[in-house]
Amino acid sequence: MSRVQTSDTATKGPRIGESALRPDGIPKVKGEFVFSNDLRHSDMLWGGTLRSPHPAARIVSINTAPALKMTGVHAVLTSEDLDGMPLYGLEHPDQPVLADGFVRYQGEPIAIVAADHPENARIALEAIDVEYELIKPLSDPKLAQEAEAIHPDGNLFREIDLIYGNSQEEEGEIIVEGTYEVGMQDQAPLGTESGMAIPSEDGGIDLFVSTQWLHADRDQVAACLNLPTEKVRLTLAGVGGAFGAREDISLHIHLCLLAMKTGKPIKMSYSRTESFHGHVHRHPAQMWYRHHAKPDGTLTRIEAQLLLDGGAYASTSSAVLANATCFAAGPYRVPSVEIHGAVVRTNNPPCGAMRGFGCVQVCFAHEAQMDKLAIELGMDPVELRLRNALQPGDKIITGQTITGTAPVAEVIETCAQHPTSVGSASQQMELPGGAGRTADPKNIVRGEAIAVGFKNLMFSEGFDDFSTASCQLLDGVATITCACAEVGQGFVTLAQQIVREILGVEEVILEPASTANVGSAGSTSASRQTWMSGGAVKSACEEVRIRLLSRIAESYNLDVESLVIVDGGIASLSSDFSISLKEATAEPIEVEDTYRHMPTFPLNEKGQGDAHVSFAFSAHRAVVDVDQELGLVKVVELITSQDVGRVLNPLQLQGQLEGGAAQGLGLAVLEEINVVDGRILNPSFTDYLLPTALDMPPVEIAALIEQPEPNAPFGAKGVGEPPAISSTAAVASAVRNATGLDLQRVPIRPTDIVFPERGENG
Amino acid sequence: MTSEVYTLTVNGNDYQVVDGHSSESLLWVLRERLELSGSKNACEEGECGSCTVLLDGEIVCSCLVLAASAVGREITTIEGLGSEDEISDVQKAFVDAGAVQCGFCTPGLLVAIDQLLNSNPDPDDLTVREAISGNLCRCTGYGRILEAVRIASNNRTAQNEEEKSK
Repeated sequence: MSRVQTSDTATKGPRIGESALRPDGIPKVKGEFVFSNDLRHSDMLWGGTLRSPHPAARIVSINTAPALKMTGVHAVLTSEDLDGMPLYGLEHPDQPVLADGFVRYQGEPIAIVAADHPENARIALEAIDVEYELIKPLSDPKLAQEAEAIHPDGNLFREIDLIYGNSQEEEGEIIVEGTYEVGMQDQAPLGTESGMAIPSEDGGIDLFVSTQWLHADRDQVAACLNLPTEKVRLTLAGVGGAFGAREDISLHIHLCLLAMKTGKPIKMSYSRTESFHGHVHRHPAQMWYRHHAKPDGTLTRIEAQLLLDGGAYASTSSAVLANATCFAAGPYRVPSVEIHGAVVRTNNPPCGAMRGFGCVQVCFAHEAQMDKLAIELGMDPVELRLRNALQPGDKIITGQTITGTAPVAEVIETCAQHPTSVGSASQQMELPGGAGRTADPKNIVRGEAIAVGFKNLMFSEGFDDFSTASCQLLDGVATITCACAEVGQGFVTLAQQIVREILGVEEVILEPASTANVGSAGSTSASRQTWMSGGAVKSACEEVRIRLLSRIAESYNLDVESLVIVDGGIASLSSDFSISLKEATAEPIEVEDTYRHMPTFPLNEKGQGDAHVSFAFSAHRAVVDVDQELGLVKVVELITSQDVGRVLNPLQLQGQLEGGAAQGLGLAVLEEINVVDGRILNPSFTDYLLPTALDMPPVEIAALIEQPEPNAPFGAKGVGEPPAISSTAAVASAVRNATGLDLQRVPIRPTDIVFPERGENG
Repeated sequence: MTSEVYTLTVNGNDYQVVDGHSSESLLWVLRERLELSGSKNACEEGECGSCTVLLDGEIVCSCLVLAASAVGREITTIEGLGSEDEISDVQKAFVDAGAVQCGFCTPGLLVAIDQLLNSNPDPDDLTVREAISGNLCRCTGYGRILEAVRIASNNRTAQNEEEKSK
């Protein structure tokens, strides 16, 4: 291993609430930061993966002999070479490490090779002869439950019938109904899947990989290699973004299998096309809703049916459905709710975690319904939302009482009232179509709309959710060991802020995130690391502080209550005693702590229960220009307010709000993996459109609502996901407002605007 | 097919490329043969700009340039920005403005922005957006990146005026 970072050292720096700068910022701007696909080893081989070109087929035979004979090829492995657990999966192991007899989605791995050069690996993959017997793919999720099972575990991943309150109809109520659809979005982190596995002398393996959850990977890898977990050591390699795409296993097991087989370090790095096939996506959703309200706008009942397409394997589908169902009504008080949710198996690409995790899809639908209801009632859409906004003490539709903060009205009001700062487009470039100069200004219409969303923080439904961190204080320097995956979000910055805040030290060293030296930190997902790993670092530091002050009090015969940490030293308030932290910690103090949030409980057979820990709310207001003739949309402004509990780092917070809004904008008008008969038509950045700097408007932060969340470390809520939830709904609603069209689907395609009468096949 | 030995001039230094395949891209040779891995590979089809380098001062996607065709030309990569001891003004602005999250797009963006500000020290917002529209960023939504360009541009303008008034 020539260049693996071992630690990051902070310069003197700011504490909680300040805009501390990233400790990895300078290596990143110099191009010196080592991402997982920058790893190299003088003796390494390159791994490659043979993937199924078919979404559904029986494998009749695989002939690897021609590939094995080729120059530079060291190993070719298929399912026959596995001697550990042949299946893996984050919640339920149902996905083959290498296809055994059947392929169930286009891109499913069948064989892996190791060669001296990636080109030789590629040529060897082409030489593997696979005979397929094609099967008609099950590509329509609506048919999945009636169709013949395409997997021994069946075609239904999970079904939830949520029933809340009484269902009697009231006199004179207003009813609106709608059917909504969300396409398949890709996380598209810029760094593709990559890593390196190195066989170790103890017969085990060291894997350096970009991931969101080292310990969950470790457990799955160990089972599939038939090794004890202590012989499988995972270390985080530099992560080029994640957004959910790295919560599942991708190349991890393949890398290790090849390294064990060849006895050499193996490097793999997916191409962009392979990446589109090689990780899970956001679930496409089909949703039917019926809202009932009194003439004054008070919601009386919501009915909904949700169908998520889970694709070929389970991944986190079960938890995504729980979220979609629990948050289906939006952040509103509703006395009566009936929701049927299902997530099914098809021969489409597997779906799992992506930022927002089930809440994005339903937010688009429930906000469209609220707009529809406002029109039907002749009521201002902001007023309608305020009238029904959840408050602390209210119950959500699972019957769970909100015991923490819930500033729903505050996010709506501040977002709605914030002045717009954009005028009309002054240059052709600023109109829809931009540099294409296609827009005729007389066809351009402007629209504006607001949307509100919410989501659970941390893992739900009784999951034993925890994070472990240790803090060592020696010679006035703190060293933190925590396996929290830094994926770009800035936990490394926050961890240093927390340590400085509590221990008063300036220098904070962060050990590499690894399974080798500390317990699990849980996943970098579900907006949970600030709370969970932040909580673990905080409590470890607090215990170090207590022990340090007790030791000094004892050694110098002082009252411990009189001791304070100030200016890099310990001083007594009742005498003139003082000692530097360096001197006071010549003998080290080390504490490891495991932090857990309050317990949650499973949903019962009616979808009821205290399943969640805490909730975060956000609102977005979008201003759009639409070219009605060409169907092109330009989002000209996004305004947002968010419930954050407490701001811990204003600069990083702003980055989360802007970046999340960009992903939401992408889902509203640009981003979709087009899947036809189980095949991805656009697995490239040429055809899968990500927002560029010309597509993304300024994001105005109207308000950060700071109401400290009880039980949350520092009172802070996770902030990563809400920005990606209400933004999509706001943009879609603004396009509806501009055009007067129904637009029941995102992403909104040009044909949806130009030929609305053609419906979904437009 | 293995090519003859050839020489590339990167950031002012000459590098011999031995045993290269003639089909290798400049990005591949920079990263894997010269071990200059600051230039990133995110799409390898010229869409994302992560591999942006300068060829004789012009922006190119190094994934689309054959390495052997860059012989005799001046190649500038992220490793050539700033000096040994000090990062450049644009690099510093990126850190200070929060323009870096995962950092994968950062090297390519910095090369593109450095070139922009060298040719136009005071670009307006739309010019900056246009100039970096070939560089995809998935983390930031571009807000802090645009702010970093504003900071660097304002500093350069202030410096120029100071020098003029001397």
